[in-house]
Amino acid sequence: MKIQLRRLAHARSGDKGDTANVGLIALRDEVYPLLVREVTSARVKEHFQGICKGEVERFELPNLGALNFLLHESLGGGGTLSLMTDAQGKTFSTALLRMEIEINDAEAKELGL
Amino acid sequence: MKQRIRIAAGQGFWGDLPDAPVRQVEGGPIDYLMLDYLAEVTMSIMQKQKARDPKAGYARDFVSLMKEILPACVARDIKVIANAGGVNVPGCAAAVAEVARALGLGGKVKIGIVTGDDILDRVDDFLARGIELRNMDTGEPLSSVRDRIQSANAYLGAAPIVEALNKGAQVVITGRATDTGLTLGPMIHEFSWAADDWDKLAAGTIAGHIIECGAQCSGGNCQHEWQSIPDLANVGFPIAEASADATFVITKHEGTGGRVSVPSVKEQLVYEMGDPHEYITPDCVADFTTIQLAPDGADRVKVFGIKGRPATDSLKVSISDSAGYKAVGTLVYSWPDAYAKAKAADQILRARLDRLGLRFDQILTEYVGANATHGPLAGEPSPDLAEVQLRVGVRVNDRAAIERFTKEIAPLILTGPPGVTGFAGGRPKVEEVVAYWPALIPKSEITAAVEIIEV
Repeated sequence: MKIQLRRLAHARSGDKGDTANVGLIALRDEVYPLLVREVTSARVKEHFQGICKGEVERFELPNLGALNFLLHESLGGGGTLSLMTDAQGKTFSTALLRMEIEINDAEAKELGL
Repeated sequence: MKQRIRIAAGQGFWGDLPDAPVRQVEGGPIDYLMLDYLAEVTMSIMQKQKARDPKAGYARDFVSLMKEILPACVARDIKVIANAGGVNVPGCAAAVAEVARALGLGGKVKIGIVTGDDILDRVDDFLARGIELRNMDTGEPLSSVRDRIQSANAYLGAAPIVEALNKGAQVVITGRATDTGLTLGPMIHEFSWAADDWDKLAAGTIAGHIIECGAQCSGGNCQHEWQSIPDLANVGFPIAEASADATFVITKHEGTGGRVSVPSVKEQLVYEMGDPHEYITPDCVADFTTIQLAPDGADRVKVFGIKGRPATDSLKVSISDSAGYKAVGTLVYSWPDAYAKAKAADQILRARLDRLGLRFDQILTEYVGANATHGPLAGEPSPDLAEVQLRVGVRVNDRAAIERFTKEIAPLILTGPPGVTGFAGGRPKVEEVVAYWPALIPKSEITAAVEIIEV
C-alpha cells in the first residue's frame, strides 16, 4: 500500500542562503526505521523535481527519530535576493509531507497503519 | 553559586510580539531575560541610520522596552542580555542609562557593553593582508563586491557576555553576538564552567538554539497536533531552566497558552539545521545527534546527554552588500477560470515588458492560491478555484527598470483579462536589495572589548 508521509511524520523547515533544510520527525519511534529506509536523498530529490535544482543531502538523528535534509539551490537565490513568496523555505516542510512511500501489508499491520 | 537558573527568551526576531518580554518578566520567576534583535541584514539598516544620525544605529525598541521593565528587573535582580546595540552599542547603552536615571535608578544599575564585532572599517586592511573573506556559500572573494559593502560584523560568542556579568552588569548590550551566546553566557557565569568543558558548553548552546526563536518551541508554528494547542492568543514564550550539571528543562510560565512538549521541542531543534554532528559557534561545536529529550511534567521537557567538541579557530562574519533593486506586483483574479485568467495576464505583462526593452536578472511569476508554496507538487489547479492572486517579482541592478515595471501592473485591470481586482495599495514599492555575505575570519583577528557603565 501507499502511505503519505503526513500520516507518519511531522516536519519543520527553514533556510540557509539558497539551501532549504527540512527536518522530518517520526510521529512514533517505531516508524523511524521506515523513514530511514524509504525517504532517501534520491527520493526527496525526485519529489522536489522542478523546485530543488541542486543536490539533496540527508543526515540521520536516531536520538530524535528525525532525518534532516538539505535541499541545495532551492530558494531562488535565497535571503533578500529571492523573489519567492516562500524565500525562507518555511513551507518545504509540508511539501515533503505530501510524499508517498510504499509499504507492504504485513509491515503496515505491524505498525498499526 | 546557584544550582539552577531560569533564562527567559523575550523575542524570536526583531519585530516579534512587543509585549512578550514584559510578560516574561511579570509572569513568574526568572533570573535572566535574553533578547535577540539582529536578523542577518539588520546591520545594514542600522549602518544607514547611523550615517544619517551618529546617535542612531541600534534597536530603539529595546530602549522603550527597558523603560517599561527595568524597575522590575532591578527590584528582582533579573539580568537582561540583548544584542540590541547593532552598530552603535555605546549609543544604545547611553540611551538605556538615560532611561534608568529618569526612572530614579541612578546608582543602582551597571550596564555592560560588548564591542569589537564591527569590522567595517577594517575590511580593506584584511583584504590587503590576504584575508579574503570569501563567501561561504559561493566561494567568491569579497573584493568582487568591495565597493558595495554596507556593514561587516564578526559574530562574538558567550565569553564577553560572561565577562560583563562577572563585572556585575545588570544589563548587557552587545552588537553582533550569536543568539546562542546570549543564553550560554549566563550559564557559564553562574556555574563557572571551564572554557574547555565542551559538553557543558554544547548543552548551553543547544538550550540557546531551542529558545532563540521565541514561541516557535512552545506551540507557535507547531505542526504536531496543531489544532489542539491551547490559547495561542496568550502564548507563553520559552524558559530554559538550566542546572549546573548542564542538563536543562524547557518550559514556560504557568497560566500561559501554547504547549511545550517533546514534539514541539524536536521541531525547533531541526529548524535551520545543517550537519547535525557539527553545529558550529564561537564557543564550541555541538553535536545534535547526542541530544536526549524526556517529558518532565506539564509543559516541561528535560534535555540531557549532550556532547560537544572544541571550538574552531574561526569566527563567522556577516557582511551585507547592496545588490540592486526589486519589486513585486500583485493582482487578484476571480472565478470562473481564475487561474487561466491570471496566466493570461502574466503573458500580456511579459510581452509589454519585452516591448519596453526591460531586462531583469530575475523575473518570477507565482499564482497564490494555486501553487505559490508547493509549486508543481500542488498539481494542476482546479478551474473552480474561487480566486487566484497573480504575483510577479523582478530584480535587477537598475532602479529605473524596476520603477518602470511598477507602472505596468495597474493598467492590466482595464487592459487585460476580466474579473480582476486587488489593487487598492497603489503601485508596488521599489525595494533596495541588501544581500547577505557570510564569511570566516581567524579568531586571532577579533578582540572583544567589555566596558561597564555605572548609571
